[in-house]
Amino acid sequence: MEAFTQHTGIGVPLRRSNVDTDQIIPAVYLKRVSRTGFEDGLFAAWRHDETFVLNQEAFRHGSVLVAGPDFGTGSSREHAVWALMNYGFRVVISARFADIFRGNAGKQGLLTAECEQSDVEQIWKILEHEPGTEVAVDLTDMTVRAKDFVTTFTIDDYTRWRLMEGLDDIALTLRHAAEIDTFEGTRPVWKPTTTEADAG
Amino acid sequence: MATPTTRADGPEDTTSQDGRSSGGRGRTLAEKIWDAHVVRHGEGSEPDLLYIDLHLVHEVTSPQAFEGLRLAGRKVRRPDLTIATEDHNVPTIDTHLPIADPVSRTQVDTLRANCEEFGVRLHPMGDTEQGIVHVIGPQLGLTQPGMTVVCGDSHTSTHGAFGAMAFGIGTSEVEHVLATQTLPLRPFKTMAVNVNGELRPGVTAKDIILAVIARIGTGGGQGYVLEYRGSAIESLSMEARMTICNMSIEAGARAGMIAPDETTFRYLHQRPHAPTGAQWDDAVASWRALCTDPDAEFDAEVDIDASTLTPFVTWGTNPGQGLPLSESVPDPELIADETERFAAEKALSYMDLEPGTPLRDIAVDTVFLGSCTNGRIEDLRAAADVLRGHKVADNVQMLVVPGSMRVREVAEAEGLDTVFLEAGAQWRQAGCSMCLGMNPDQLSPGERSASTSNRNFEGRQGKGGRTHLVSPLVAAATAVRGTLASPEDLTE
Repeated sequence: MEAFTQHTGIGVPLRRSNVDTDQIIPAVYLKRVSRTGFEDGLFAAWRHDETFVLNQEAFRHGSVLVAGPDFGTGSSREHAVWALMNYGFRVVISARFADIFRGNAGKQGLLTAECEQSDVEQIWKILEHEPGTEVAVDLTDMTVRAKDFVTTFTIDDYTRWRLMEGLDDIALTLRHAAEIDTFEGTRPVWKPTTTEADAG
Repeated sequence: MATPTTRADGPEDTTSQDGRSSGGRGRTLAEKIWDAHVVRHGEGSEPDLLYIDLHLVHEVTSPQAFEGLRLAGRKVRRPDLTIATEDHNVPTIDTHLPIADPVSRTQVDTLRANCEEFGVRLHPMGDTEQGIVHVIGPQLGLTQPGMTVVCGDSHTSTHGAFGAMAFGIGTSEVEHVLATQTLPLRPFKTMAVNVNGELRPGVTAKDIILAVIARIGTGGGQGYVLEYRGSAIESLSMEARMTICNMSIEAGARAGMIAPDETTFRYLHQRPHAPTGAQWDDAVASWRALCTDPDAEFDAEVDIDASTLTPFVTWGTNPGQGLPLSESVPDPELIADETERFAAEKALSYMDLEPGTPLRDIAVDTVFLGSCTNGRIEDLRAAADVLRGHKVADNVQMLVVPGSMRVREVAEAEGLDTVFLEAGAQWRQAGCSMCLGMNPDQLSPGERSASTSNRNFEGRQGKGGRTHLVSPLVAAATAVRGTLASPEDLTE
């Protein structure tokens, strides 16, 4: 996972609340064998609608999604996070995130920045007034900036630390690689291995 | 539904029987295995880091995990503690042909490419050791007492029959184990399931576990590791113990386990991956210490009298909705608990059953003998013994699907295939088959089965299919009579 300190990219106003993970990516798109390529299924139902925000040229290459409250509810599918990141999003700003979605996002390096709903509305206005406006998100001082508007967001300390260090769970565990090595040295020699030639 | 007795109340007596202050009581089997695998104790709210002795891999839950390794430039830390097979997607006929369904074929091909790239041993379709992941691990002697065993499959609890801590994990965790051979985990609670008394003839491990699940409910084991104990458990073969531990997950438990004993050691001795010579002696000495201490306390206990059990079948759409075969379809109106009553009404509607119908009057279209629950050689032998000299009823199709190619080979050496074929059953290749609607073996809408598998969820065996979970003995008798039956019904 790449370390995240700050990100600046085109902001995408998604004026919807309760965006559940079935809306983020429907089940029919879960059959892939990779963790990549899920951008095809991102907001699949809505993308048939020409007026949907991601179908507008100015927002097509957005990387900061600014959504209504209760983003990511419903199914626990990690594919929802994969789909957003595969498309190019690095940050989702919302007044409230569903727990599981937030957890999955933290594992994959997608920043979930929690702002007051009044701030979200303020950013929506700016983005809609001037489509293509960049939003700057700084994890160091936990600020969001769009044009002259600046506000702060919240995120739990542990996730913030992991994101800034660029550590996924595996990377965190690998910090203890020496302890794993030591433990392996104490394993009884008769414990089995799957190596075919060792039968006996 | 009886709630297990919990030990949360009352002050604890920390003095053990010999009068020493234990400074902490004795430990359960689960706690001993946990303690022996802690690489690092978590600080504060941080979880413990647990070492994993064996990682079983199959085609469905592994592709994104391997992809994750590839994207991060990581290797499989211990390919020598990892083994893969193809089971969920594979057809059980015409296995020499390419898999017809392109999505299934892609998953299988992806597993092959991943195993090749990362150096993981794979038993593909057509291989002598191919089969259901939970059948081949024990069969090869890879599952041993005191181990931690994981797989991206909830029925990993099967391996607990050897006194191992075995549990299912998600795809992110699969990747974590591949990369680090460890998992960050918080300890599970422990529950003793005491099964004492002598089983009557014709009553099997499947009937025990279905009765346990009906007793504690599909959520009764949530957060717990179940330890099955007592004289009835001790008298069971290893394969029967695997049937019991396999379905721990259907009671909501993360894992189920049984302390190893002479039966366990006899089963393991001279298996391909069992220790040999002096190492065998060292291993057995270590395994003998794997039992719950007399002064250990479980967080909860439940007692089952084995001598009162009779063949058990499910009537509803979750594994907890079961009754003795001698009873009738329950009347939801007589169920006091509102949630359960609603669930029963919904289940009877899906199952198209009328309250009061004797379970023995329920006619089936299909009988499925197989799965990681009941696809082992003893299961096939038990069913063949019932079928000898009988024919499968005209309006019934019976699929016999060995849990592994090795099981199939042994069965054929014993002539069991002939018994099944002469009775009119189909003799298939190894795989998960009709346990789940993922490969070509599926029920059609409205079709009803008696199945030795583990889940009777709506649509589990195919969209609109109706499932009654049964033991191999009941499956065979049902195939002959065409309605749910036990072997004694055939002699009347």
